[in-house]
Amino acid sequence: MAEMTYAEAAKQAIVEEMRRNRRVFVLGQDVQTGAYAEVLPEFGPERIRNTPICEAGFYGAGIGAALTGMRPVIEAAFSTFCYSAMDQIVNQAAKSRYMFGGQASVPLVIRAFVAYTVAFAAHHSDRPWGLFAQVPGLKIIVPTTPYDVKGLLISAIRDGNPVLCFDDLTLASMRGDVPEGEYTIPIGLADVKRVGSDVTVVAVGGAVHRALHAARMLEGDGVSAEVVDIRSVAPLDRRTILTSVAKTGRLIVVDPAPGTCSVASEVAATVAEQAFTRLKAPVVRLTAPDIPVPFSPNLERLMFPTGEDIVRAARELIH
Amino acid sequence: MRTRCSIPEKTLQEMMRRMLRIRLFEERASDIRVEAKLPGVLHNCIGQEAAIVGACMALRADDFLTGNHRSHGHPIGKGVSLAPLMAELFGKRTGVCRGKGGSMHLADFSAGSLGESGIVGSLMPVAVGAGLSARLRGTDQVCLCFFGDGAANCGPFHESLNLAAIWKLPVVFLCENNGYAIHTPQAQTTAVADIAQRAQGYGMQGEVVDGQDVLAVHDRVVHAVARARDGSGPALIEAKTYRYCEHSEFGEPADPPPYRNEQEIAFWRARDPIELFLGRLEAWGALTREAFAAMKAAVRAEVDAAVAFARQSPAPEPQALWEDVFI
Ligand SMILES: Cc1ncc(C[n+]2csc(CCOP(=O)(O)OP(=O)(O)O)c2C)c(N)n1
Ligand SMILES: [Mg+2]
Repeated sequence: MAEMTYAEAAKQAIVEEMRRNRRVFVLGQDVQTGAYAEVLPEFGPERIRNTPICEAGFYGAGIGAALTGMRPVIEAAFSTFCYSAMDQIVNQAAKSRYMFGGQASVPLVIRAFVAYTVAFAAHHSDRPWGLFAQVPGLKIIVPTTPYDVKGLLISAIRDGNPVLCFDDLTLASMRGDVPEGEYTIPIGLADVKRVGSDVTVVAVGGAVHRALHAARMLEGDGVSAEVVDIRSVAPLDRRTILTSVAKTGRLIVVDPAPGTCSVASEVAATVAEQAFTRLKAPVVRLTAPDIPVPFSPNLERLMFPTGEDIVRAARELIH
Repeated sequence: MRTRCSIPEKTLQEMMRRMLRIRLFEERASDIRVEAKLPGVLHNCIGQEAAIVGACMALRADDFLTGNHRSHGHPIGKGVSLAPLMAELFGKRTGVCRGKGGSMHLADFSAGSLGESGIVGSLMPVAVGAGLSARLRGTDQVCLCFFGDGAANCGPFHESLNLAAIWKLPVVFLCENNGYAIHTPQAQTTAVADIAQRAQGYGMQGEVVDGQDVLAVHDRVVHAVARARDGSGPALIEAKTYRYCEHSEFGEPADPPPYRNEQEIAFWRARDPIELFLGRLEAWGALTREAFAAMKAAVRAEVDAAVAFARQSPAPEPQALWEDVFI
C-alpha cells in the first residue's frame, strides 16, 4: 500500500499497463510534457504520443489503432473537448462492433476530466456521463477514489470495448491508499461506500463525497444513510441500487449533471419501476439545473448539490 | 494505346474479373431490389470500378482498407466472396455483418476492412490509426483509405491528411472523385480544381489519375503503397471517375432531379472502365472476346449463386438483436 493522490493512482494504472503490455500507448495533447513527462524516456515518443489539436483526427486514429490490435488510451483533457470528436466516439467507436456483426472490437480508453466549481465557465465544465450513457456500445466509468481509479482503469485498458473514464477534477488531489502492482475492479459494479439502514443516497462522481459528508452529519441526528457510489454509469449496476433501496425504503439520487434525462433520472426510474412497493417515500433527485455552467463563483456555487442539500432532503424524507 | 505492360497476364485478368464482379453484383442488386424487397437504400458505384480495383489490387492480403457509404465495390475489389455481401443486402443472418449493417456497411474484416461508413469522411482518421498501428506493431502493413470528393471538404479529411503526414504513416488516401456529392457538383463546394492539390498543404504527395483506366490507377497506387510500406509516408491519389447510376436507390424508382445531363453521362459511358480495359487486353492478346464472355458468364453464375444463397438464408433470430453490443 502507498498513499497517493487520485491523479497519481490513475497514472500508475496506465504506466503499469504500458509496462505489462506493449500494445498500450497514450495519445493526446501535450502528454509528453504533462503527466507522462517522467516516463517519456522509458516509453519514448511513439507510445507517449503528442497530437495536434484535432479531436476527430486523433480519436479516429485511436479507433483505427484499436481495431488493428493496439490498446490506445486517449487523454482527452476536458470532457467538453470530446464533443469535437462526437462522431468518432458515437458512430465509430461505439457502433462498429454491433454494426459489423461482431467482426470488430474497439479496445479504446478515453480519459476526460470533468472540472466544475473552479470557475472555468461553460466551455470547460460539463459532466457529460449522462449524455454518453445514451450511446449503446460505450462503457462509462466515473471513479471516486485513488483505489477505485487504479483498479477501474486497469480493467478499462484490458476491456475489449470502448470505455470512457470521467475523472472528476474535484477529486484529483484527494489522497488514499493504493496497493502496489496490479489489481482490477470490474466495470459494471457499484460500490456501497457506506453502509446504512434509513436512507439510500446513490451518487456519481464528486457527489459521492458530498453524500459521505452528509451521511456523517446525519449520523448526529440518528439517521443512518447508506451511500452507493454508482462508479460505473454504463453498464449501470441496478442490482446494488435496488438491493439498497429494498433495505432502506428511501432514495436520494445525487448527480452534479443537469437533471433532465440524466443518470439520476435513470436511477430514479429504475427504482420506481422495480422497487415501488418497497418505497416509504417518494424518490428525490438532487442534480444541477438545466443551465450551462456560469463563470462567476457566486453563481456557479448555486449549481451543484451540496452535502447540506443532501442532509435536508434526507431529513424531509424521514420526518 | 500503351505498349504491353509488365503486369502478368493472370493479374490483368483478375483485375478484369474483379471489375466485372462489382458491376454484375450491383446490376443484379439493383434489378432485384424492388422485387426482392431489399430493405433500405443502395448506393451503387457502377462506373467507378477501375478506381476501386486498380487501387485494391495494389494491396497485399494483410493490408487494411476503409471505405464509405458507397461500400459494395471496396470488399469486392479486395477479392472477397460475394454471397455474404449479397446476403447482407437482404438483411439475412448469413450476411457479412449478420444483417446488422446493410448496403452502406459491407465491410469484410477478414479481408482487412476496418469499416464502411455512413458518415461522410468519418473513417479517414480510422485509416490513419491503422497506419499508426502498423508502425507501432512493427509490421509493414499499409492502409488504403477510400473517400469521395464530397468528403474532401469535411474536417476529418484535413485532420487525417495532417496526422498521416506529420507521423509519416503508411496510408494511401484514394479519392473516388465522381464529380458529385449527391447532386452537388464539385466546383460548387471546392475552390481548387483538383482535390489532389490539397496534399501539398499537408506536405505529402498528391496526384491526379484517370480513374477510368484501371492500369493507370494501379500503377500510381502501387507506387504510393511501395513508398508507404518503406516508411516514406502517405500519399493522396485522386481518381477522376463517374457514377452512371443515381446517388442512391430507395423505395419506388423515381426520376432524378436535373443536376446532370445526358451528354455528360454519355461522355463518361464512352470511357467505360471495363470496355477500355477490354480493348487494351484484346490488343495485347491477354484476353480474347471469347475469354471475356466466358469470364462474364462465370461471374454471372457467381452472382446467381450469391442471390440464391441470400434468398435461402434465414433471417436473423430475434436473439441476435442483443448480440455484439459488447465483446
Ligand atoms: C457527415 C455526413 N453528412 C452528410 C451525409 C449525407 N450524404 C450521404 S452521401 C453524401 C455525398 C457524399 O459525396 P462523396 O463523398 O463525393 O461520395 P459519393 O456519394 O459521391 O460516392 C452526403 C452528403 C452523410 N452521410 N454524412
Ligand atoms: Mg462524389
